[in-house]
Amino acid sequence: MRIDITVNGTPESHDVEARTLLVYYLRDAVGLTGTNVGCDTTSCGACTVLLNGQSVKSCTVLAAQVAGDEVTTIEGMALEDGRMHPIQQAFQECHGLQCGYCTPGMVMAIASLLAENPEPTEEYIRLGLEGNLCRCTGYHNIVAAALAAGGAPEMHQ
Amino acid sequence: MIPASFDYVRVGSADEAIGLLSEHGEGAKLLAGGHSLLPLMKLRLAQPALLVDIGPLRELSYVTEEKDYLAVGALTRHHDIATSALTLSSVPLLAHVAGQIGDPQVRHRGTIGGSICHGDPASDLPAVLLALGATFVARGPNGQREIDAKDFFVSFFEVALTPDELLVEIRVPWPRDALWGFEKLTKRAQDWAIVGAVAVRSGNSVGVGLINMGPVPLRSSAVEAAVLSGANAAEAAQFAAGGTEPSADFNGSVAYRQHVARVLVRRALEKAGV
Repeated sequence: MRIDITVNGTPESHDVEARTLLVYYLRDAVGLTGTNVGCDTTSCGACTVLLNGQSVKSCTVLAAQVAGDEVTTIEGMALEDGRMHPIQQAFQECHGLQCGYCTPGMVMAIASLLAENPEPTEEYIRLGLEGNLCRCTGYHNIVAAALAAGGAPEMHQ
Repeated sequence: MIPASFDYVRVGSADEAIGLLSEHGEGAKLLAGGHSLLPLMKLRLAQPALLVDIGPLRELSYVTEEKDYLAVGALTRHHDIATSALTLSSVPLLAHVAGQIGDPQVRHRGTIGGSICHGDPASDLPAVLLALGATFVARGPNGQREIDAKDFFVSFFEVALTPDELLVEIRVPWPRDALWGFEKLTKRAQDWAIVGAVAVRSGNSVGVGLINMGPVPLRSSAVEAAVLSGANAAEAAQFAAGGTEPSADFNGSVAYRQHVARVLVRRALEKAGV
């Protein structure tokens, strides 16, 4: 079936099977491999993308379910002038990643949390990241990055 | 993991969905947020021939206050229930529970109707709605009918809907002065409850629900009777495990779950002012 989805502001249209999961639509049909497949069971959050601005786990959404909707992946986060998004910048500055596998999902989950609450507490961030697993960092620097990004002036323009 | 092949129809109206269910019977499954059904399909534990996607029916996503109850559309997502000003002010227990399901990503997709119709005894909402004495409104080819929560959960993953019915609304009564407690034990933040308990108290009425203590969500009438006869929380909670048949798995034995049920019921009752 033909499925039209706006990905990172660009209209995409691809023939895929009805059973195609959103993460494979993004990776295999659109060719955006920044969204990782982790546990594939709605647990780890590595495949998190924004669906109409809200975080979702793209391993548990059919591409067909979001036809006509807007999806944002990690590739869509950089600013128009090519600089990294404040959340990405904060991950670099706070050393919020080690192996990096969970990072795209972390960045997208944090983008959703900050969109809903631009002035977060540490508790809000820690609770809000319960659906994103990181096996390297111990989370501390990820939370620090989220709080730093929440305070970045670019996030409040 | 990718589900087995299926036919897929995205419907534009509830009547269209009911028509497809009538035509295809047991081979068809409704798809709402997909956060219960799709994982089962990926594991090939469910292989429906036809998926009827009711996601576009946004008219079934709402929270409104009626005279005697809060009306929640079956397609209302957990996140929207948890953050609805109306839910927070009129049935704060429901907002609290919806806000603890899974994780934010799951709550952005999962719906109250999907969670209820899935009939998983480890889910939080069924036991809570049971304790609250909620009513479910189902629509079929011959119109609508109301089903009491106590009659809805028939067996393990089986509910009282016929194959051609669609759940459209959940009606939640809530006395103004109600006190409540909700407790669940999980090993990881986002997990299903190993055991959960809910208590609601208002004047001369009390509702106590148990999560994951048998093949269906339970209402603990023995605990309720003890409270109504004057027992305190610790005394009443001793009846919490009576008649329960929890399963044993790597999270705990039957005896462990029954012990945890007594502890969580006591804590929930204490929070509910018992």
